[in-house]
Amino acid sequence: MKPSSDGLESGAGPREQAGDRLFKLLLLGFGLFVVALALALACELAAKSLKIWKEFGFSFLWTSVWDPVAEQFGALPFIYGTLMSSALALAIAAPLGIGSAIFLAELAPRKISDICCFFIELLAAVPSVILGLMGIFILVPAVRSIEPTLTRFLGFLPFFRGEPYGVGLLTAGGILALMILPYITSITREVLLSVPRPLKEGMLALGATHWETVRRVSLPYARSGIAGAVFLSLGRALGETMAVTMVIGNVPRVSASLLDPAYSMASVIANELSEAVGDLHLEALIAMGLALLAITIVMNGLARLLIDQAVKKGERA
Amino acid sequence: MTIKKAGLWLAVLSCAAMASAESVTTLNGAGATFPYPIYSKWFDEYHKLKPDLQINYQSIGSGGGIRQITERTVDFGATDGPMADKQLFKVDGKLLHIPTVLGAVVPVYNIKGISGLKLGGDVLADVFLGKIKRWNDPALAKLNPDLELPDAPIAVVRRADGSGTTYCFVDYLSKVSPEWKKKVGLGTSVNWPAGLGGKGNEGVAGLVKQTPNSIGYVELIYAKQNDLEYASMRNKAGKFVKADLPSVSAAAAGAAKTMPKDYRVSITDAPGDGAYPISTFTWLLIYQNNSAGKGKLLKNFLRWMLKDGQGMAPNLGYAPLPDSVKKMVEGTIETIK
Repeated sequence: MKPSSDGLESGAGPREQAGDRLFKLLLLGFGLFVVALALALACELAAKSLKIWKEFGFSFLWTSVWDPVAEQFGALPFIYGTLMSSALALAIAAPLGIGSAIFLAELAPRKISDICCFFIELLAAVPSVILGLMGIFILVPAVRSIEPTLTRFLGFLPFFRGEPYGVGLLTAGGILALMILPYITSITREVLLSVPRPLKEGMLALGATHWETVRRVSLPYARSGIAGAVFLSLGRALGETMAVTMVIGNVPRVSASLLDPAYSMASVIANELSEAVGDLHLEALIAMGLALLAITIVMNGLARLLIDQAVKKGERA
Repeated sequence: MTIKKAGLWLAVLSCAAMASAESVTTLNGAGATFPYPIYSKWFDEYHKLKPDLQINYQSIGSGGGIRQITERTVDFGATDGPMADKQLFKVDGKLLHIPTVLGAVVPVYNIKGISGLKLGGDVLADVFLGKIKRWNDPALAKLNPDLELPDAPIAVVRRADGSGTTYCFVDYLSKVSPEWKKKVGLGTSVNWPAGLGGKGNEGVAGLVKQTPNSIGYVELIYAKQNDLEYASMRNKAGKFVKADLPSVSAAAAGAAKTMPKDYRVSITDAPGDGAYPISTFTWLLIYQNNSAGKGKLLKNFLRWMLKDGQGMAPNLGYAPLPDSVKKMVEGTIETIK
């Protein structure tokens, strides 16, 4: 402590110091509680699925037979379905969301932008089961009707082969994209709005076009925020259950084609838990939960690293 | 002051109300989803009759019901598939299977302009095994000489979630097809060799309704509610039978002659000319010895269920127990303490 602040400290009296300490301890407790909760969750999942890890080891994660009758469990098709549908959703939603956010933040009149934003946030509040119903009644027939055209013209690629069922990875990715689009748009818009005006005005004053200003000033400045928005959405897409179950087709199979039905980790837990009669079956579903938790944590960790790097790059530039 | 006093009185009154609420006894049960509509109707009607008894039922699935009654966290369980010996072995005490009503599972299909499809068990198994891939397959054509089946791939739809409906369906397929028994087997969830997965009866019905040239399986009531065509099945006697209440009851009556004492019986592929082959009992799981007078309450309810409750079943799409089975169950109920 500097001697100059001593007077102030003693003036505040020892009671406040005790209060401060208590406050600090209390907050520390809250912080530790959250950490403990996360750890307890992981430990509980691990403890309840011990038999699976003993019997199958890590081969649980990369074998692909899921047979509750013969008690053979492999999670690969489910992991594949979860990752692929989420990646597909990001591939669709990220450009759309960031593009519309740039329009709303930089080009649209403020009033229109605010009205649009209200509707976008409304979209974010739609329960996933409603989106699933929309998927069944609108998206599935639509995908089914374009599938024959896709296979005819793009069938030379392994991604567009198979029977036109309408349900499958592509439809699941589409529904997930719809679900995370409002998050990406709304957060990106906020971040872009927080870019200091003088920076943009300076760029424009130098004779830059709108496009150049967005590309050289706004986007680099908002990079970490946008990355954050995208990864927050990815987390939501990975764990989404209901809407995906309704349109993915629920077939545990690894297939390169986006038109083929697949299965996701969250879906199989929701589908089979209530009627899992065998002990090993139940443990396999809990192990699936643990694996999903691990994937989400790894994804979040990667996102953190990416964002940190982006921020550092931004600082250097 | 008066307000305070009134508040005090209110508090006293509400305490009294709570005390009187406690004198209403509750029985808690959990299990199968398939009989949930009839069970909730029964418990509702019975509560009207005996206002001091409240029966709660959570339809969490047969697996959950078996687990909870095994751990005695509920007063009774319910299941669509009889418990295996391995599961009964874990139970502490004697657990009774009490059959309540019967249900049927029907193969529903959606082919433009086609109705009156006929199927045999072996052919149905081959379709779900993915061996018969097209509607104009000779095996299907042979069963349906008067139908013009299209030259189109068969879209197979089945349940994605574990369910008693699936148990009943694959139980039948295991009986009529040795290959099914060897390759897939019997369970509430199985490793399906073919097909798309729908969630719940309504999910399967929805997929079949939407997908051209599809076939799936649902409980009878869902086929009717969704206006889906369903096939007649060739039964053990070689006759083609369409599922309805008499044909399901006939299957139960056919099986009743060889009914084991613990009622753990599958009535799929039952004998008898009029028997529909894909039907099943659904059971309540009740301990023979219950704590603190609960046995008597359960016994009274079960007596009422046999006498008056059975009549409510047909309206909800379930077949009532045949008389011979009813008589047997009457005897079993009296052993509950």
